[in-house]
Amino acid sequence: MNGAELLVKSLECENVDTVFGYPGVSICPFFDKLTDSKIHPVLVRHEVNAAHEANGYFRSSDKPGVCVSSSGPGATNLITGIATAFADSIPLIVITGQVKSEHIGSDLFQEADIVGACESFVKYSYLVKNAALIPKTVKEAFHIAMTGRKGPVLIDIPVDVLREEGFEFKYPENVNIRTYKPTLKGHSVQIKKIINELSKAQRPIIMVGGGVKLSFAKEEVLEFSRKYNIPFVSTLMGLGIGREDNPLYIGMVGNNGSKFANKAINEADCLIVAGARVADRAVKQPDLITKDKTLIHIDIDPAEIGKNAGPNIPVVGDLKEVFEELNGFEEDFDFSPWSNRINSYKMTREGLKESTNLYVDPKEFVYLLTKELKEESVIVTDVGQNQIYACSNFVSLGADFVTSGGFGCMGFSLPAAIGAKIGNPKKRILSLNGDGAFQMSMAELSTLKQEDLDIKIVIFNNKSLGMIKEYQHLKYNNNYTFNELNGLPYIDKIAEAYDIEYKECKSNKDLKDCIKWLLSSKYTCILELNVDRDAFTCMNL
Amino acid sequence: MKRIFSVSVENRSGVLSKVSSLFARRGYNIESLTVGETHDPTISNMTIVSSGSPHDLEQIEKQLNKKLDVIKVRTFKEEESVSRELILVKIKYSPSNRSEIIEICQITKAEIVDTTDSNMILELCDIPDRVDKFIDMIKKFNITELSRTGTLAMKKCK
Repeated sequence: MNGAELLVKSLECENVDTVFGYPGVSICPFFDKLTDSKIHPVLVRHEVNAAHEANGYFRSSDKPGVCVSSSGPGATNLITGIATAFADSIPLIVITGQVKSEHIGSDLFQEADIVGACESFVKYSYLVKNAALIPKTVKEAFHIAMTGRKGPVLIDIPVDVLREEGFEFKYPENVNIRTYKPTLKGHSVQIKKIINELSKAQRPIIMVGGGVKLSFAKEEVLEFSRKYNIPFVSTLMGLGIGREDNPLYIGMVGNNGSKFANKAINEADCLIVAGARVADRAVKQPDLITKDKTLIHIDIDPAEIGKNAGPNIPVVGDLKEVFEELNGFEEDFDFSPWSNRINSYKMTREGLKESTNLYVDPKEFVYLLTKELKEESVIVTDVGQNQIYACSNFVSLGADFVTSGGFGCMGFSLPAAIGAKIGNPKKRILSLNGDGAFQMSMAELSTLKQEDLDIKIVIFNNKSLGMIKEYQHLKYNNNYTFNELNGLPYIDKIAEAYDIEYKECKSNKDLKDCIKWLLSSKYTCILELNVDRDAFTCMNL
Repeated sequence: MKRIFSVSVENRSGVLSKVSSLFARRGYNIESLTVGETHDPTISNMTIVSSGSPHDLEQIEKQLNKKLDVIKVRTFKEEESVSRELILVKIKYSPSNRSEIIEICQITKAEIVDTTDSNMILELCDIPDRVDKFIDMIKKFNITELSRTGTLAMKKCK
């Protein structure tokens, strides 16, 4: 066996069924051996999308996404996708080809120091110099990516190592890395302190973040909220955990969240942050949050605790384990006056629809659309106004919400939706895009066709970079510059070129029919929304 | 606030760059950094002297611990440690100031480790503070080269 075969066999041992990638000279030995495997390679149209697709794949399948590219430009094209995954703690296995070992460092054709370039946004990286180490490296990489605080792991392999012959395949059974032993079990003293604190608290609230999804702790956290009768709010990355029909779920916090959820947090006397960073977009002044309340911070990453806000009770551990333990106490709490009070703050969008029939009200669109979505659906947003419309008007009734929250990477939605569909073909995947972001990723329509996928694509077309415009309105005295997308293609013709069904929603009066069309169409389709150039999300930056 | 980090790391290529790039990317200050192999050839030890707010110093320790090539981070204040620094200084001298230089060496316990008729190299191994003082004392001579190792430190025995 050669190195490439060892790599393929190792991926098979990790139950990999799909890799997203792009070929090149340095990685050709791998694809050569992949033809003998059941692993399905998805040929993307630009390497960055391979990383985004692997990202979407994890979010719908809970299995780490694998992406593969060649050396040099192929590898550097992946970088934005790796950084996107890192910012949201998404486990990826990134495999890059490299020039021959003996030429590393000599600025050869298509050589890039990808390990060096990615250092600050991978969880770990390897440059494999000996083919015999490939199985051990892959085993470790999957372990590192999927345990502790999850994240992308890079494996860079020179082409001669992939071609090196004469090995027998043996996959290691265990991983033993002396420097890596993440703390999973929360400290029992700290956990008792939480219960103790709750017995003194009158207005406790939980803030659930992306970490709850990442540690597969959704059920445990919901049980904790139910058992002790504690209301909860969500961050952007935690959307989908709380459902509208759960009276304990108040809504999304942050500068794009709802006023009532933010008000609830402000009035709380005890805040339990679970798997969230207390980041700048979720909490306006993280350092002031402890001023009038007890802060309990539970996170797998000790470095996150105390980074943005100093907690009174820090707990390091895996959320699933910590909440299982918290749910084991017999205490009875009654916070009903408090939860009734914040429940009375809740408002719905009912009756807030804009009256114009010249355009589509994007907020109303998201509201009406997501009211129809249950467990079978995943909504994938891009970045820009569409993301804000989506998160602040999302009606959570079981659908999952996927977005590039930490990195805010434009062009994310379509490839992530493709990955999500491949990761879980039973789900209905909706991809929300702005006209700007769609032009960054629309080459991927071709991948979508090649893979014969069914994705419902929505384009909020306001013929400009709306978020920038909104920012210029707020901070640059309405100096609207460098945001008009006047060379915009006819999207109906793009759809026709790719042989995809298309419909335009011209105004509010067509909204319901168009949503019905979108959700009932059997194949991939594009719904273009005619959005006013001057429509604002009214975010509060 | 000054703090010494004694960091045991895997003795592998690229680890120094991973640790130093962590400091660069997060804007932490490195006052000095020394690296060398330990009694176990698979482990190197880095002594990093850094300064910053208590919050920064806590984050440095946590972020260092997060690095997968880092085996152990020990952190202590200067007064809790035995620390040493080595300095080599090349001085151009003349018969008129030669005896003064020798006198300074006697006071500071520096050694003259190489001489010609016009140049000499002085060596001193001492705590970083006294190395600073030594430099102050010899500044007035014609220094042609100066090199110091940075702090090497170990937590005092209990």
